[in-house]
Amino acid sequence: MNAEAIHTEVKAETTPYFDAPLKMSAKNVSVYYGDKRAIDDVSIDIPQRYVTAFIGPSGCGKSTFLRSLNRMNDTIANARVEGEITLDGDDIYRSGMDVVQLRARVGMVFQKPNPFPKSIYENIAYGPRIHGITGSKAELDEIVEQSLRRAGLWDEVKDRLADSGTALSGGQQQRLCIARAIAVDPEVILMDEPCSALDPIATARIEELIDDLRSRYAIVIVTHSMQQAARVSQRTAFFHLGKVVEYGKTSDIFTNPREERTKDYITGRYG
Amino acid sequence: MAEHTVKAFDEDITRLRGLVAEMGGLAELSVSEAMDALVRGDHDLAAVVIARDKRIDQLEAEVDRLAIRVLALRAPMADDLREVIAALKIAGVIERIGDYAKNIAKRVGITEGRRRFEPLTLIPAMNELAAEMVHDVLTAFAARDPVAATEIVQRDAKVDAFYDSIFRNLISFMVEDPSTISSAAQLLFVARNIERIGDHATNIAEMVYYAATGMNLPDREEVIPPA
Repeated sequence: MNAEAIHTEVKAETTPYFDAPLKMSAKNVSVYYGDKRAIDDVSIDIPQRYVTAFIGPSGCGKSTFLRSLNRMNDTIANARVEGEITLDGDDIYRSGMDVVQLRARVGMVFQKPNPFPKSIYENIAYGPRIHGITGSKAELDEIVEQSLRRAGLWDEVKDRLADSGTALSGGQQQRLCIARAIAVDPEVILMDEPCSALDPIATARIEELIDDLRSRYAIVIVTHSMQQAARVSQRTAFFHLGKVVEYGKTSDIFTNPREERTKDYITGRYG
Repeated sequence: MAEHTVKAFDEDITRLRGLVAEMGGLAELSVSEAMDALVRGDHDLAAVVIARDKRIDQLEAEVDRLAIRVLALRAPMADDLREVIAALKIAGVIERIGDYAKNIAKRVGITEGRRRFEPLTLIPAMNELAAEMVHDVLTAFAARDPVAATEIVQRDAKVDAFYDSIFRNLISFMVEDPSTISSAAQLLFVARNIERIGDHATNIAEMVYYAATGMNLPDREEVIPPA
């Protein structure tokens, strides 16, 4: 076989698509703010027990898309979602969907830690109480401890649960917010740049936590740090101008992206 | 290829490629001159080849330092990452090629008796093939050309065929006239060194292919048709 033929054959090999049970699935989703289309016909699957990272330049729509996964866009007056997003096969935009319940199942952690101006204990106990998960003090105590343990914060705060959540350091506050999200026993956790306000050590602790959490939850993270996406995720989607340009194994995206636009972005040749 | 937003990154990559090209050029020259020195019994030229190896070693150290700095400071991704890793590995292989050339040059004094029995045509011809492979693989690296790299991998079979032929040839000399054993054994080492240079050029070609495409060439048996 000549050199050209061998090269053609190698190029034609496709890396096998790794399969995992799906947790969420978006089909032909478009999101509008008034007349402006922020997300343009995006289809993407969110697998169970994986960390899926959304990367892309500012304004590419990744946060908009993330927020559509638990209907946070509903709170924006002129936002409109088209297409279908399912959680365990159930359309989350169908009429009759309990949005409060949905957001308990699909929890969210934001860019800036936003603990309630209440005690550490109350920050965690609030969710389970309003969702009616439990009212008993003993059970709440257990949920608070377990959530703080899973968020890797218990040992640091167990002796001062009555202190205000806002008195903690930035990294601790963010872990408190993660503990708060976990407390209502979610199935999916959405994170919108959860480390952008944190120093490298606090960031590393959150990343370690994300890796722990994925044994129980599906996690979707939006990040501006490509290094972070590379470190924490198993799948990466590159968003650009409201579309998904490329979605695949994180290791493939960062060592051998298929699309020129992905390559230009991750190698720092973007625009 | 489009430029990086951070211009200094482009400068680093260009410098890295330049160092590898310089190393490769010196190694290629040494492979050719070592054979000239051997054929002519030219001790001065052999000394030049031996001395040049130090410079190749220095360049390798420089490539290592720069590649590590780029990895640490720029955290390259995708084709940039593959390029830096390829440069790092290729520099190591070129250093080995330089060693083989030096090893041939060191035998210039020892094989004086060869004229009695061996017209020494096969070994220079084999060497020319290997030197061409080294030259062409560096061109493929500079051009990021996966097809040229594939073609170089295929060429290694010819070098191996030469080696088999020279091996049989020298053995028959040794059997016929035991007084040639010492010189013939030396020439066998020379042929072996050239065969290794061909293998290393092939390794570089595989790295060039990976750096250019992000994919690996199939196993060599599939690339090189059985002899």
